[in-house]
Amino acid sequence: MTRLRDLAKLIRTKNAGPFQLTLDIMFTDSRTYEHVVASQVITKASMARFFKVDEAVVKLFNYAPGNAIKVTVPRLVTSGDPADTDLFGGQQFGPLVDIEIPPLNA
Amino acid sequence: MTRQIRYLSPTGILGVGFSESHFRAALSRDLAFIGCDAGSTDGGPANLGGNKPFFSRAAIKRDLRILVIGAREIKVPLLIGSCGGSGGNWNLNWVREIVQEIAREENLHFRTAIIEAEPPREVLLQKFREGKMRALDPAPAIDASVLRDADHIVAMMGAEAYVAALEGGADVVLAGRSTDAAIFAAIPVARGFPPGLCWHAAKIMECGGAAVVKMDKPEGMICTITDEHFTLEPVSPTQQCSPLSVAAHALYETADPYRMLEPGGEMDLTDARYEAINDREVRVQGSKFRPMPYTVKLEGATRIGYRAMVLGGVRDPVILEQFESWLGGLKAHIAENVEAVYGPSIRGQYEIHYKIYGQSGVLGDREPYPERIGNEIGLLMVTLAQTQEVAYAIAGQAAHMVLHHSVPQWEGLLSNLAFPIAPHFWNLGEAYKFVLNHVVELENPLELHPIRYEEI
Repeated sequence: MTRLRDLAKLIRTKNAGPFQLTLDIMFTDSRTYEHVVASQVITKASMARFFKVDEAVVKLFNYAPGNAIKVTVPRLVTSGDPADTDLFGGQQFGPLVDIEIPPLNA
Repeated sequence: MTRQIRYLSPTGILGVGFSESHFRAALSRDLAFIGCDAGSTDGGPANLGGNKPFFSRAAIKRDLRILVIGAREIKVPLLIGSCGGSGGNWNLNWVREIVQEIAREENLHFRTAIIEAEPPREVLLQKFREGKMRALDPAPAIDASVLRDADHIVAMMGAEAYVAALEGGADVVLAGRSTDAAIFAAIPVARGFPPGLCWHAAKIMECGGAAVVKMDKPEGMICTITDEHFTLEPVSPTQQCSPLSVAAHALYETADPYRMLEPGGEMDLTDARYEAINDREVRVQGSKFRPMPYTVKLEGATRIGYRAMVLGGVRDPVILEQFESWLGGLKAHIAENVEAVYGPSIRGQYEIHYKIYGQSGVLGDREPYPERIGNEIGLLMVTLAQTQEVAYAIAGQAAHMVLHHSVPQWEGLLSNLAFPIAPHFWNLGEAYKFVLNHVVELENPLELHPIRYEEI
């Protein structure tokens, strides 16, 4: 079983301003990047479920120049509000690290 | 020889530090200017709302001293954007006083431009009434009262303010809230280099040397722009840029890696191409800048009350086995107790936010595995009320309730929470909220950003 952590060189989330959260999944080479894009594990629909937002507000970019997939969503709670749990948004990717990526040509 | 302009960004954010020897070595590289971003909203709304700097005075002074001395030595402008973190007037003045102190101590004399970024409320209200304020996506809903009541509102200046300050003869420019890229795009654009290259380079340079392959410590970057391309070279001889590291930097803290809105236009990196010159320098071309109506972004922070907190750990397996139901009962018990003290009118006048570390402290309601609890749980309770006194009193009550809240399997008086710090509840001071994510249309890029000069 291959997990996203076995393929990515970096998985991170961070604020994109106080009202948005952005996820970057970065790969060392274009082959791995294209594999994960083709696997259809990271889609607007799956990211809407993961971030608990409507699919219509999910922005997803396949960024070939950086061998990276980027997903930006509105924050459920604005950065620094009393209900916020993550001021910088730095740890919101956690469960994605272990999601399974099916093998190529499976 | 083709014409070119070269500049230095010594570090990603003023106050985080950089190596003095690398910085001084870079001074001999025929620089046109030195720029440094000092801003961030990462610290939350209190930095703007409550006049708090993002870094300590000692850290800011250390970095600024090296920058001011270096820039005056080679006689090039030093541009500092978003002074004091939030770039509000208080924060700007805080940095201005540090610069004055450095000048006195080092016996330096120069002309400083101070560009404020906190427009008068009447001006903002007028813009709002004229329909010249537009929400970005996503943004909180606003009305005139939001603009009136915010503790501080800043407008992020564009490149034009820096250019005007330099035309006014400034050696050192201290700017209030600014877009990060404007600091570095200003001079190259004014000298007629292609705006697409200037803005793209600026977007990378505002983070200092962050676009390197391995960011082991904060250092600087040197950028050289020509009419065809720009090149990036890390200041530290041991750091390297690669086409991938530079391209990947377009992802950092951005919502969209291809398009970024700036005052007066939008960067479009769709056709940007990245190539290695050698093992540490990268050349970029193809970046575009599409002019648009001139807008500047607003940031605002409003005080919403006062906070206090309780922090403790639960290690009793009997509680952990039934944590959700135990906590549910506890919350109801605390609410009853607070009303018993303050009467029913307190309802809706206070909040208690529970962060349950070891269960859902980081992801909150988004945690997919809340049932996976380990040996212990860290319970953080943050109270919010309209006065510090009430927030503190409720935190104290809540601490006491958790401590003795009943557990069905046990009899007698319990002590459910291990407090790591004495006393076991504390005041956290004022709480603020970000209230704006809007842009305002300007007729003139300098409309909201007055410049004044001081001879030091």
